[in-house]
Amino acid sequence: MNAQMLETILHRHPKDPSSIIQVMLDIQNELYYLPRDVLNYVSEYLNVPLSRTYNLATFYKAFSLKPKGKYPIAVCTGTACHVQGAIKIMEQIERELHIKEGETTPDKKFSVESVRCLGCCGLAPVVTVGKNLHGRIPTSKVSKILKQYE
Amino acid sequence: MAYRSYLMVCAGTGCVANQSMKIKEKLETEIRKKGLQEEVAVVTTGCNGFCAVGPLMVVQPDGIFYQLLKETDIPYIVEEHFIKGRPVKELMFTPPKEKTPIPKLSDIPFFADQTPIVLRNRGVINPENIDDYIARGGYEAIAKVLTSMTPEQVIQEIKTSGLRGRGGGGFPTGIKWETCRNIPADKHYIICNADEGDPGAFMDRSTVESDPHAVIEGMLIGGYAIGSSEGYVYIRNEYPIALDRLQTAIQHAREYGLLGTNILDKGFDFEIKIARGAGAFVCGESTALMASIEGRPGEPRAKYVHTVEKGLWDKPTCLNNVETWANVPQIILRGAEWFSSIGTGDVSGDPWGGSKGTKVFSLSGKVNNTGLIEVPMGITLRKIIFDIGGGIKDGKKFKAVQTGGPSGGFIPESLLDLPVDYEELTKVGSMMGSGGMVVADENNCMVDMAKYFLSFTQTESCGKCVPCREGTKRMLDILEKITEGEGTEEDLVLLEELSNVVVESSLCALGGSAPNPVLTTLKYFREEYEAHVKDKKCPGHACRKLITYTIDPHVCVDKGHGCHVCAKNCPDGAILGETKQVHTIDVEKCGKCGICYDVCKFDAISVE
Amino acid sequence: MGKMNIEDLEKIREQGRYKMALRQGTGRVRIIVHMGTCGIAAGARGILTAAMKEIELRGLHDVIVTNAGCAGLCSHEPMMTVEVLGESAPVKYVYLTAEKVKRIFDSHVLKGQVTKEFALEVVSEKTHS
Ligand SMILES: Cc1cc2nc3c(=O)[nH]c(=O)nc-3n(C[C@H](O)[C@H](O)[C@H](O)COP(=O)(O)O)c2cc1C
Ligand code: SF4
Ligand code: SF4
Ligand code: FES
Ligand code: FES
Repeated sequence: MNAQMLETILHRHPKDPSSIIQVMLDIQNELYYLPRDVLNYVSEYLNVPLSRTYNLATFYKAFSLKPKGKYPIAVCTGTACHVQGAIKIMEQIERELHIKEGETTPDKKFSVESVRCLGCCGLAPVVTVGKNLHGRIPTSKVSKILKQYE
Repeated sequence: MAYRSYLMVCAGTGCVANQSMKIKEKLETEIRKKGLQEEVAVVTTGCNGFCAVGPLMVVQPDGIFYQLLKETDIPYIVEEHFIKGRPVKELMFTPPKEKTPIPKLSDIPFFADQTPIVLRNRGVINPENIDDYIARGGYEAIAKVLTSMTPEQVIQEIKTSGLRGRGGGGFPTGIKWETCRNIPADKHYIICNADEGDPGAFMDRSTVESDPHAVIEGMLIGGYAIGSSEGYVYIRNEYPIALDRLQTAIQHAREYGLLGTNILDKGFDFEIKIARGAGAFVCGESTALMASIEGRPGEPRAKYVHTVEKGLWDKPTCLNNVETWANVPQIILRGAEWFSSIGTGDVSGDPWGGSKGTKVFSLSGKVNNTGLIEVPMGITLRKIIFDIGGGIKDGKKFKAVQTGGPSGGFIPESLLDLPVDYEELTKVGSMMGSGGMVVADENNCMVDMAKYFLSFTQTESCGKCVPCREGTKRMLDILEKITEGEGTEEDLVLLEELSNVVVESSLCALGGSAPNPVLTTLKYFREEYEAHVKDKKCPGHACRKLITYTIDPHVCVDKGHGCHVCAKNCPDGAILGETKQVHTIDVEKCGKCGICYDVCKFDAISVE
Repeated sequence: MGKMNIEDLEKIREQGRYKMALRQGTGRVRIIVHMGTCGIAAGARGILTAAMKEIELRGLHDVIVTNAGCAGLCSHEPMMTVEVLGESAPVKYVYLTAEKVKRIFDSHVLKGQVTKEFALEVVSEKTHS
């Protein structure tokens, strides 16, 4: 993360320990993970003990300490998607990419994780790739969707 | 000159995902091409609740509803409908199994049977345009409150209306406000809970997206009544569009002086801040939520002291759900009497005596019309599922409806005439919850569904207290055993006992209600558990260890001519056979993924 | 706009009234301009504009103008149908001009008196629900 981007994020929020989660979310939304050096810097800047920052990073599901792929895939496993076969979609993606949930492909292109409801239950089953949302996908379309990102 | 027609294009999360913004652009270009830009205006709206048929648009003033739009449809619609006045039938909604399309939104059963109060502005206003909201009577309620009502009168009005919390517990809102107001402190806070933890529901997202100012106005009124000048909205980070709309709305309200100091020149000050949630279900719980706003891990604390007394930064704090807040302006404007005339029971003596107003539900699962609906309290589940929801998909048989999300329970067919009411739903072991409503059909396995919810709560348990952390883990182990065909009858007894322990002794309501899906399925669908345990069979065909897929050789050859599609799609290479010949499944290799079952167009594959 | 008081709110509400009536499809009077091929050729567009102008000039917010297909009376175009809420029968006006539209507004739309001289006939069934 370049210094300028980090400054922009820090300036969006009051310089107060209570802003820590909001700042971490902004970083996560940009990079899809929280790099160590950035966390160290942010902790010091907001006057939050580093142990607390790491505690937060592991407590909240939104955060990841590991870098994700260039195209992070999130499979919705909320109730509506579960009922419409989200597990099959997840398995199909795992097979296509030869990785398991929570992993990243060796070429760092894709990573896969499951998320709870994305709020588009009417389109179940739902998958997001980066910021794009794909809804109502049959298992047989999974490879076609992944190809769009190659 | 004024426009003669408005094209209300849905720009909620679902429709945007289906490229509704491209539809909007195309409409604008075509309209300009035809020189109609002075007559016809394109407006983006919030979610209409019928995302399953998006992208969609409503043409006003005719009320014509167009669905599943593609960019290529646009030139034709513009020519036919907007120039020649001939609405395009092919793009209208046609109920499953029927042939004639229903042109008007107001005639489509999905919409016709709803009673919008909270969602009254959906599809009518552009949520990013504060003038639209004002034109619909917006900020009239806060004006009324500031000019003619004392805080006590506002609280009395809310109490008389019978409004109860829409976030799950159903606590009487007026009483909560009053308690909070009466605690002396130099500062009081109010919070809007938009964390929407139920994994499979989107009431709050939709409300914030389609009418953010209603939430803001509700909070203004609450702030005045409680004596608070600062509010927070705690909203999920996974809802970028809702977040964006809310930010825009707050900014517009500030520019108009509807937030800030000396609001409407009446000497009332109020500000709203946004805090985003970071993906922890437990943060929907009041103490955890407040810890999270303060920048700490969202761990609940024991409620010896309630948050209305000591909440955010240890100040008296009033927390209400999005939908609760959004009801408030209408109650003030139209009166408590009007509100309490809708719904069940009598709240004049006892605030817990009935369920008043409407409830927004996120109807999903195996119904024909999935979506977001607002219905009067007291409506039966049957009416929701079979009239509004249009019945079960693909002519399958109804099995159960789950309300209340991970904290709620399953309700069987025999109870479908149950009215939607806080107490009635609790009595049968479920709960109103925040509004999730998932319909299961004969192909869903109740043990699997119970396991699904329990594994959700188990991973979401914050781990602070033992019964929840360890109890749910043990329960999940047992459920896994059962779904794998290893369960015994003693396990069922143990499961029930464990459930009761977790209910009794967990610190917060996450643990306290986590066993509900298990308890209700054990109660109403015990025979399904027994089939797993005794016969090692899964009647819903969902538990992989207990099912087998087989190909009917006659259908495969006679009807399908051995099309080989299944073999091509089978990830395990378990299907044998050459094109045009009989195909068979090698049971040893088959991973039971069910893909072949889905892809065979000739129904040659069955599951037992 | 800067900080508002209650009168300012009222003003915005007033300005938006017609817009909101249209978006909800509610109105006391509904005017349908017939815009089939023949209607357009005969000048239906001008009639539509004329009707909208009248609404604007008079500041009405309970009159809705929509268009519909050919009414099957091509020789009488351009024409429009006026439906007043609560009146049983819609009235079809034929061979219209902008001037005639103005007169129809004066009497039928505003006062509820059918402008008989331009009316085709008082049809019994409703043409638009
Ligand atoms: C584990 C847990 C999760 C919850 N999730 C939510 C939620 O997502 N949204 C919500 O409004 N209330 C949620 N609640 C209920 C809130 O704690 C609180 O009761 C509610 O927001 C109060 O508002 P109301 O009175 O308007 O319903 C949850 C409670 C628990 C115990
Ligand atoms: S009941 Fe569960 S979620 Fe609630 S405090 Fe205990 S461990 Fe945490
Ligand atoms: S897909 Fe169906 S019809 Fe085709 S080969 Fe397989 S079983 Fe036979
Ligand atoms: S359950 Fe997947 S989007 Fe809601
Ligand atoms: S997003 Fe368009 S209907 Fe829900």
